[in-house]
Amino acid sequence: MDSVNSISEAAPLRLRDLNAVLATGVREDGRKLDEYRNIDIKTNLYEKANGSAMVRIGNTVAVAGIKIARGAPFPDTPNDGVLTVSLELLPHASPDFEPGPPDEGAIEMSRVVDRGLRESKSIKYDELCIIPGKSVWIIYVDVYALDHDGNLQDAAGLAALAAVLTAKLPEVKVEGDTVTELETKRPIPIVETPVPVTVAKVGDHLLVDPSAAEEEVSSVRVTMTTIESGVVASIQKSGSDSITMEEALKIYDLAFARAKEIRGKLTAALGVSPA
Amino acid sequence: MVEAVDSGSKPLLSPDGIRTDGRKIDEMRKVKMEVGLLKNCSGSAYIEQGKTKIIVAVHGPREAHPKHLAQPGRAILRTRYHMAPFSTSDRKSPAPSRREIEITKVIREALEPAVMLDEFPKTSIDVFIEVLQADAGTRSAGITAAALALAEAGIPMRDMVAAVAVGKLEGRVVMDLNEEEDEHGQADMPVAMMPNVNRITLLQLNGRLTRAELEEGLSMARRGVDQLYEMQKQALREKYTSSESAQEED
Repeated sequence: MDSVNSISEAAPLRLRDLNAVLATGVREDGRKLDEYRNIDIKTNLYEKANGSAMVRIGNTVAVAGIKIARGAPFPDTPNDGVLTVSLELLPHASPDFEPGPPDEGAIEMSRVVDRGLRESKSIKYDELCIIPGKSVWIIYVDVYALDHDGNLQDAAGLAALAAVLTAKLPEVKVEGDTVTELETKRPIPIVETPVPVTVAKVGDHLLVDPSAAEEEVSSVRVTMTTIESGVVASIQKSGSDSITMEEALKIYDLAFARAKEIRGKLTAALGVSPA
Repeated sequence: MVEAVDSGSKPLLSPDGIRTDGRKIDEMRKVKMEVGLLKNCSGSAYIEQGKTKIIVAVHGPREAHPKHLAQPGRAILRTRYHMAPFSTSDRKSPAPSRREIEITKVIREALEPAVMLDEFPKTSIDVFIEVLQADAGTRSAGITAAALALAEAGIPMRDMVAAVAVGKLEGRVVMDLNEEEDEHGQADMPVAMMPNVNRITLLQLNGRLTRAELEEGLSMARRGVDQLYEMQKQALREKYTSSESAQEED
């Protein structure tokens, strides 16, 4: 039912062991509790896509590709372009993932990536308008999980973000209702970098960027997407446990601090930063 | 820091802090709750929050179907959040949308911390949330009513659960968004809490909040949950005092 986040039958025993280890301030893989794994970002991998990125967080890998098309705007936002995100957990990523329609865990993950990009309002959707009310750019972001060692949520979110930051749109010439695509290209108009950071609660401890082993025994995970100014643009609590108000604010502080570091790596790797 | 104010046509908040429906910043919509209105389930509840209208049915604990879902040491909690096709301005397809699937999951995870599932091994406790009219805040009102229906079903719980969405209008944090505010506001943050143990069981955010606004929003949600919790207790009391007096009349 919930392929990514289900707690296994052996979890209580593992949890007892892990909780004791975590009290020393060091995780099984040697990281500190608030430490993110190494991130590797590669972009423009596929010539036929308008943009693409592969993000590796430790052994977790996700790839995102962008295709753009001209289409009709939504009736309630006639002057705005459209962004649509979908995500699939490929069987490549884990023996537990089956091909076929996404389960609730994959749907949630996809919608959290989507909200992180969309609700930040970091993309200037009005600049994706071609003919008001008639024609706008539709940006399709398709994300695939390739290898699962925990925190696919952030890998998927970062891959989508890196792909958006490096994608190119053709310039267009509009004469009446006729649209001609030109040879010249421009970036997708994005003015901030909304970076997702997931924090898991294992026993009494908050762990940044959980590994698969940590996720398996975590009772709750919170993903917060923050932008440069410190504004939080999306939050999702996932998992069958509760958190305190103090923990929610602690998670914000962790998410914002790590997002700042990741944003630095992202702009360095991409050689671009938001306009 | 101050976030730029949405340059929408009509202000959602007047300079003296009055909203388009006349409410103050920290004022909840009018809420009506009723418990035990359906005959054929273990528990049921109805909630109206402004124009949002939701009916919840609980079945169980009962044998889990399909059987392979059953857990040896505890009950499974199944939820369904569903919107009726007539609940929205444009007809909504009755097939479950991706949004409804996600909300179903987060609602289940908002109730699970409260429900004592260990008490009923191998069974299923099923919570069906049907939105009859949607005017924002449906997942939070659905959770508030679901907790009531679970209580009426006699399912042991660690605490009640109540939920409210706080939001941001014209740069101010406000309680319990209505549909217009949800559509044109700057943020929407549904929060579910267990009021006595003071823990958050659902937390989502769409929109933009500073850290200070996040903190203010959580405190405001806490105050809203307290109000809803009092109403939940009142609704349960009314159900049992009225059924006792009905029995006396028999």
